[in-house]
Amino acid sequence: MTSTGTAPAPDAALVRRPGPARVLWLLVVLAVLGALLATSVAIGSRGVGWADIVAALGGSSETIGEAAVTKRIPRTALAVVVGAALGLSGAVMQGVTRNPLADPGVLGINMGASLAVVAGFAWFGLFSETAIVWTAIAGAGVAAVFVYAVGSLGRGGPTPLKLALAGAATAAALTSFVTAITLPRGDIAESIQSWEIGGVGGATFDRIGTVLPFLLVGLAVSLLSARSLNSLALGDELAAGLGERVALVRGVAALGSVLLCGAATAVAGPIAFVGLVVPHLCRLLVGVDHRWLLPFSALTGAALLTAADVVGRVVARPGELDVGILTALIGAPFFIWIVRRQKVREL
Amino acid sequence: MTTTHTLAAEKLTLGYGERTVIEDLDLVVPPGRITAIVGANACGKSTLLRAMTRLLAPRSGQVLLDGKAVHRLPAKELARTLGLLPQSPIAPEGITVADLVGRGRNPHQGVFSRWSREDDAAVAAALEATQTTELADRAVDELSGGQRQRVWIAMALAQQTDLLLLDEPTTFLDVSHQIEVLDLLTDLNRARGTTIVMVLHDLNLAARYADHLVALTEGQLHAAGSPSDVLTEECVRVVFGLDSRVVVDPTSGRPLMLPLGRHHVREPAGASAGDGAAGPA
Repeated sequence: MTSTGTAPAPDAALVRRPGPARVLWLLVVLAVLGALLATSVAIGSRGVGWADIVAALGGSSETIGEAAVTKRIPRTALAVVVGAALGLSGAVMQGVTRNPLADPGVLGINMGASLAVVAGFAWFGLFSETAIVWTAIAGAGVAAVFVYAVGSLGRGGPTPLKLALAGAATAAALTSFVTAITLPRGDIAESIQSWEIGGVGGATFDRIGTVLPFLLVGLAVSLLSARSLNSLALGDELAAGLGERVALVRGVAALGSVLLCGAATAVAGPIAFVGLVVPHLCRLLVGVDHRWLLPFSALTGAALLTAADVVGRVVARPGELDVGILTALIGAPFFIWIVRRQKVREL
Repeated sequence: MTTTHTLAAEKLTLGYGERTVIEDLDLVVPPGRITAIVGANACGKSTLLRAMTRLLAPRSGQVLLDGKAVHRLPAKELARTLGLLPQSPIAPEGITVADLVGRGRNPHQGVFSRWSREDDAAVAAALEATQTTELADRAVDELSGGQRQRVWIAMALAQQTDLLLLDEPTTFLDVSHQIEVLDLLTDLNRARGTTIVMVLHDLNLAARYADHLVALTEGQLHAAGSPSDVLTEECVRVVFGLDSRVVVDPTSGRPLMLPLGRHHVREPAGASAGDGAAGPA
């Protein structure tokens, strides 16, 4: 190694993070999201002319076409909000656990929220929107703690694969509980089932308004954890050496991520794999700095879920395919790809 | 940077669960010098380092930084004075050298504060000092072992602490890179007065590079002082359970330990003990 002999001053400019590429990707993602929003309003299982779309955007819902478009607006908004929440939640979860397989679906956390809500439907007459949200978040929290505890047992602590296995096993168990509760109850089975598959079809602005405060708190907590997650990524010891209170930071960030996926599940049912796919994609685009990765994952998650919703409306005309099914179709092969590609050790 | 910070352990007892690893240890780290901690496996070397950076709470006793118990200092304040490079830190996949080194600035940044000119200067200086400036845009996983270790040290330097603790900074490196890393740490110590405390496996490298040698055995302090006072045949026997000869290293004048195994020894071990070239026999 020979020193190049350059003065340190120009080096200071040199070592600045490569910003332009990230900014460019940011613009690209925003443009794609914008295009998808327009598409989502314009395209559906019913073909609607431009005149109706414009009229509906103006607030009219007199013709069938206009009415269809009027329904698509809150639906699009919900897809954006839920997608953003899940993408961000997955990115935070992967950071907190240093686990490339972490995802609210894979770790069974969405199913925890699901079971809580279904149990609430069945036994406690749970039909107020706010109560559903609280119940879902509580269920998600309990499932997260449980899976982390089980995955930490034994030698080596919570390794990626142990955590994913604990999550998968928990998800399977919770799913069968949900089925056990739902099956004998014909009266509520249908409403539970459509909620459970994961959908944004029944969206109203009221429902969005109910979960929005939870999502905003989750968003704030998650984004404020970004720098700590950067330290945590270097290992617990080094993070502590860099002045992080490791357990506290991890707890707070996990809370933010549970709030996000719990609230998202409350309003759209358990949607898997968005939280898994999106952060990996974003890491390829903007790198591993959480201060970029987290907001990026939110935007990309929004775009992905909106796209999935639009595709779901188109492929099964005149019916619809729920977004939960589509994300699973995209996500499952992706999951296998990650496991095969990486030395699945730690992030 | 002037180093007047003092680091000391006072009646320190450490352990995990039922097991006591360090018992009733008193230790003073000389400021502005290089201290090496040596001892057999599982003698508590790394545990001691963990307690010094408050990764491990003491059972009793305390670690004092400038007379204040480190376990009661705010985390970031401590991290601005005392840096730690653990034995196997994790480099996130695909992270660039500049990004990694920049993370050393964490204790100097608040939740809302932005990356500053000062941060830039610190990172540039750290890269310069470790001769990794040309690697700044490379991914850490592409680097060789020696380069990678220099990058980790650069990260610790960017933290700009007056005290730097390193847990076996030379493991997994071949001999030329071991020397390179230790030379680099010595440069830092000389140029900035950084107090360095490192756990080292290799007794001879420890004796060569440390101003102050600390030998631990079974969680107790066996000896502490200058390498020529500490590294004796008696010490090697007690600490490592190994018969050896200690001679003067002709290149450095420091003590050099030559193990006596059961084979390949020219004369009976007993005959030569004590009449070797080593002074403190």
